[in-house]
Amino acid sequence: MSYYDYSCRYKNGEGSNAAAFGNDDVERALAGEDPSPLDFWALLSPAAEDYLERMAKKAQEITLRHFGRTIQLYAPIYVSDYCDNQCLYCSFSARNRGPRKKLSLDEVEREASFMVEAGLRQILLLTGESKKESPLYYLRDCVRILRRYFSSIAIEVYPLAVEDYKSLIADGVDGLTVYQETYDEEIYKSVHPAGPKRNFRFRLETPERGAKAGMRQVNIGALLGLADWRREVFYLGMHARYLQDRFPDVEIGASVPRLRPHAGAFQSMYAVTDRNIVQIILALRLFMPRLSIALSTRENSRFRDCLIPLGITRMSAGSATSVGGYTSPLSNDKALSQFEIADHRSIPEVMDVIRRKGYEPVLNDWIFGI
Amino acid sequence: MKEDSLEIGGVKINCRLFVGTGKFPSHQMMQEVLLAAEAGVTTVALRRVDSGAKADNILDYIPSGCKVMINTSGARTADEAVRIARLARAAGAGNWIKIEVIADNRYLLPDNLETLKATETLVKEGFVVFPYMSPDLSVARRLAECGAAAVMPLGAPIGSNRGLKTKELVAIMIREIKAPIIVDAGLGKPSDACVCMEMGCAAVLVNTAIAVSRNPVDYARAFSQAVQAGRLAYLSGLAESVDEARASSPLTGFLHNED
Repeated sequence: MSYYDYSCRYKNGEGSNAAAFGNDDVERALAGEDPSPLDFWALLSPAAEDYLERMAKKAQEITLRHFGRTIQLYAPIYVSDYCDNQCLYCSFSARNRGPRKKLSLDEVEREASFMVEAGLRQILLLTGESKKESPLYYLRDCVRILRRYFSSIAIEVYPLAVEDYKSLIADGVDGLTVYQETYDEEIYKSVHPAGPKRNFRFRLETPERGAKAGMRQVNIGALLGLADWRREVFYLGMHARYLQDRFPDVEIGASVPRLRPHAGAFQSMYAVTDRNIVQIILALRLFMPRLSIALSTRENSRFRDCLIPLGITRMSAGSATSVGGYTSPLSNDKALSQFEIADHRSIPEVMDVIRRKGYEPVLNDWIFGI
Repeated sequence: MKEDSLEIGGVKINCRLFVGTGKFPSHQMMQEVLLAAEAGVTTVALRRVDSGAKADNILDYIPSGCKVMINTSGARTADEAVRIARLARAAGAGNWIKIEVIADNRYLLPDNLETLKATETLVKEGFVVFPYMSPDLSVARRLAECGAAAVMPLGAPIGSNRGLKTKELVAIMIREIKAPIIVDAGLGKPSDACVCMEMGCAAVLVNTAIAVSRNPVDYARAFSQAVQAGRLAYLSGLAESVDEARASSPLTGFLHNED
């Protein structure tokens, strides 16, 4: 049974109404060592908003025990922004006219070399979804270059089949990132009006295909702002738990990016405040003590710094979100950025802040080729 | 106290507190802790060693008197552990290897079968092997028979700080296994370490409890002293503990009157 079928059992369950929870439910969820799905719902409910400080103390203690005083650092490398999808919230949408770019392998090497000089050893390779412009063999060529520079390579590309993931793993990929964007199938269809991404189920089952293929880490996420965030995060947490139970040797991670301004000007219908993000991170931590939680440069520096001691374990830093964004100044002006960066600090600046918070920035946490 | 060093693989280890290097807020802090505890051995995860790094190589912070044992953290199978060990030796990090094979991210419990396989291979290749395992007498026997330098049962799951939850099983291992028994993982308080040493463990390995303590240096010192106290007590022969008070006038005392 895939997560698609598994998650159906919660669609109309007793926990479907977050407003129905009271203080007793939150207290019970906070008292236990191993919160149930219902407890997780309670921690995401409006009632839990009065318990953020207590949740934070517990989340911090759990995070310290499992991850210590460390924060992993990574950065994205965008190699192509050609895309056949029409996601309403994304700059790479095929509807957005304008120049597109795909890096040559020499350019990939230049970007890699730049990032290594900056100190990075863990990287996330990204493309838009275009089987014509960025087919599997192009990704494999990119990976064969990147592996000369990085100890850990994760990919955030279009969903692939198990066999395709196996071939990328053989080339050196060890992590898969794929966000469901929204777990609400109706809303999913409305914000993905055309293109291969419209297939909700195929995307939802992508993380388990990656885990089956042998990925060491699988990161999932919901793009907050597309639907009611409490329900979204509940399904995200359950997805993480589902993956952890079925693939115990895979490190499961989650992200909760918020919609940011971008070309195309899609306006979020569901606001997600800073306070909400804090509640989300704390609830995820209490529900999944060993979950790796990433925070990107979509969030501003002040907010990111405050979240360091609360349960996040990974941060991107010094990021460029356009194709060739590190080494091609021209493309910086003309090229599309997938999202607006709110934290523009360099890697050394972010490392410095992490240290001042009493944490160690970790640049290297895997051995290539194991 | 007369000299009481632990000899493993031809190396004399004077301090029976081993300290792991993960989870510390900085390399400097880790170094201060190793010095304060006078740790005899320290474990370093190869995954955290960036040999290409221009600065801040974790190995540069290990005090000279502290023996480095590379651990195979991140290995999910025997093959992965073996590859990590070989890479470590090739990178000049020595041949002392703590085998840690974990295929369960929820509880972080070791896979004893894969650990045994990796131990067999690495001992044959000349490594000094310290397998981390779930306490199980028959697996411990086989680890010792195939040449493990010590056997390292867990006290409780990694990072749990729950103490020596596996006490009965560890006690059996100490009685039955000739190789040194080193309790690794789960010890949260210095008193936990002291208990292990009183029982006859050869050493203990502590990481999380020290690394995330509010004052890691002092906490490490406290662990170090507890380990010494426990060892001294063990060597002195522990006083027998009894459940009931001994009556000064025994109930069967009248029988002596017959003599």
